[in-house]
Amino acid sequence: MKHLSPVNEKARRLARSLDAPEKTGGAPDRDVVALQQQGPPQQPPGPHVPLGCSTVFSPGWEVDRTGGTAGLCQPVERDLFDCHIGCFWPAQVPDQLNHAPDWTAKCAAAQKDWRKIDLVFP
Amino acid sequence: MSLLQHGDCHAFEAAGRRFLYLSASAAVVAMDEVSTAVLEAVAARPRVRDELVSDLADRHAPGAVDEAIAELTGVRALHRREAPIPAPRRMLPLTPVPLSTMVMNVTNQCNLSCAYCYEYSEDRVVQTDYGRQPKWMSEETARASVDFLLRESGPVAHLTFFGGETLLNFRVLQAAVAYADQQAAALGKQIDYSITTNATLLGPEVIDFLAEHRFGVTVSIDGPPDVQNRFRVFHGGRGSYDVVAPKIRALIRKHRSRPIGARVTLTRDTLDIRRVFTHLTEDMGFSEVGFAPATTAPERSYAVGSDGFDAVLEQFRDLADDFRDAAIAHRHHGFSNVRETLEEIHKGANKAWPCGAGMGLLGVSTSGDVALCHRFAGSDDHRLGDVRGGIDRSAQAGFLRDHHVAGKPDCLSCWARPLCAGGCYHEAHTRYGTTQAANLHYCDWIRGWTDTCLQIYGEIAVRNPAFLKQFEGPDEAPQPG
Repeated sequence: MKHLSPVNEKARRLARSLDAPEKTGGAPDRDVVALQQQGPPQQPPGPHVPLGCSTVFSPGWEVDRTGGTAGLCQPVERDLFDCHIGCFWPAQVPDQLNHAPDWTAKCAAAQKDWRKIDLVFP
Repeated sequence: MSLLQHGDCHAFEAAGRRFLYLSASAAVVAMDEVSTAVLEAVAARPRVRDELVSDLADRHAPGAVDEAIAELTGVRALHRREAPIPAPRRMLPLTPVPLSTMVMNVTNQCNLSCAYCYEYSEDRVVQTDYGRQPKWMSEETARASVDFLLRESGPVAHLTFFGGETLLNFRVLQAAVAYADQQAAALGKQIDYSITTNATLLGPEVIDFLAEHRFGVTVSIDGPPDVQNRFRVFHGGRGSYDVVAPKIRALIRKHRSRPIGARVTLTRDTLDIRRVFTHLTEDMGFSEVGFAPATTAPERSYAVGSDGFDAVLEQFRDLADDFRDAAIAHRHHGFSNVRETLEEIHKGANKAWPCGAGMGLLGVSTSGDVALCHRFAGSDDHRLGDVRGGIDRSAQAGFLRDHHVAGKPDCLSCWARPLCAGGCYHEAHTRYGTTQAANLHYCDWIRGWTDTCLQIYGEIAVRNPAFLKQFEGPDEAPQPG
């Protein structure tokens, strides 16, 4: 943070967590960070058993064994992209014909670029 | 383009600088000119990004304004209108919180008849006169309570003795300490002791015992003779000042290993805070003094009314300024209400529940019933098990679910939420008939006081940041004297 400087201990921790995504090129204000693992796990760790399409590079499942999204091997955003292009499953995606033609323009390789598939704000 | 709105925060000024208290995280940040300008513009009225850039163009470059918007949005001091700041979620501890402090009511009898006492007044929670709670805790129950504490605690356990007048059952207190020392040593745990007393029974033998076992001692006392004798009277109506004053002085002379604190109950008639503070620290030698208004239904003649709260706040601020000056000069000051709030601010306490009652702190009644805290000990409606059978985990989980700040709609829009979380359960029960209520009668007071403490925190953070190190680890607090 440049225009806000931390004063108490909590602010120092907050600054560390906010500065972290910038280093990896993420945009903290638009990214769907709530669906990804943030901080310490809220569920006690246990063995994660991927189900379904896990034999290919595509988990294809929306929840992990605890019913949440934190334990998926791929973030749910990638799942959305994958279902939309390569699968029969109807994923709700932006209208690429009229409204958001460039929605996947920055995503050449899903394994690498899934973060660039962003939400579309009306 | 989306409108930017003022978010979940409170701006304040200290030492000529602008600060923000962020309610989502309880973080305190200092703002520079750009972020101050952005936040002030949006606070005046919501604006879109382009408008903000052009309004500030004479002072700040568009790039800097964009950065400030991103940072303020990131800490939730700003938000886009279509993306409101999410309310706190009701997250409960997944594993039981270890017991840290057990408050043991060794008796519910008292040799004083303070009119405002929550245990005996018209607002009492527990029927202490003819109820099923015994008047005295037995040695057997005291030992079972110690076993319970050491079973439920982490490596360090705190045992607080309480009453009634605690020292009326000194015999059982002594037995409990002897047993606890022995059991803690056997289990390899550390245990320490504290006591709250009205000081009437502080004889030499008692003082020696408290000093020898390094008790943290809190004395309930209201101030100089005229104030103390107004409410803190013996059953016959005689004031207690002349009895307690020499005993307190003897205690302070003899017991030097831990600071001895005074705990003052404020009523409508005893609101001269500075005079009380000066008497208790300078004339009597207490190293810390904490004040709290009597917990009462509002119609009681001694209840602090709303103008009384304003007067209290004004005097608290006045005394808090002394604390600030002392802290900047790295000297000790005994106004413990400020110290406690500063510590919470520095650590960034962000409370889902107003206090540790029902989690890390439990009260035990004379019969061995376990309740939320000492104020509810013995109440069937607030029971969370008993020392022999252990904590009733489902009752505890239900309590935590029903009292989370996420369930207090009035609190969700308040910036002081991280430090208050709705306030004392006992106060709420007395005022509104349920522990689940937020204490709306003192919201303005809490915000006023929190703002004062934030300003003091900001001043100290700029002028003597070393003072705040004491809240990060032991051994660095300026010592009294």
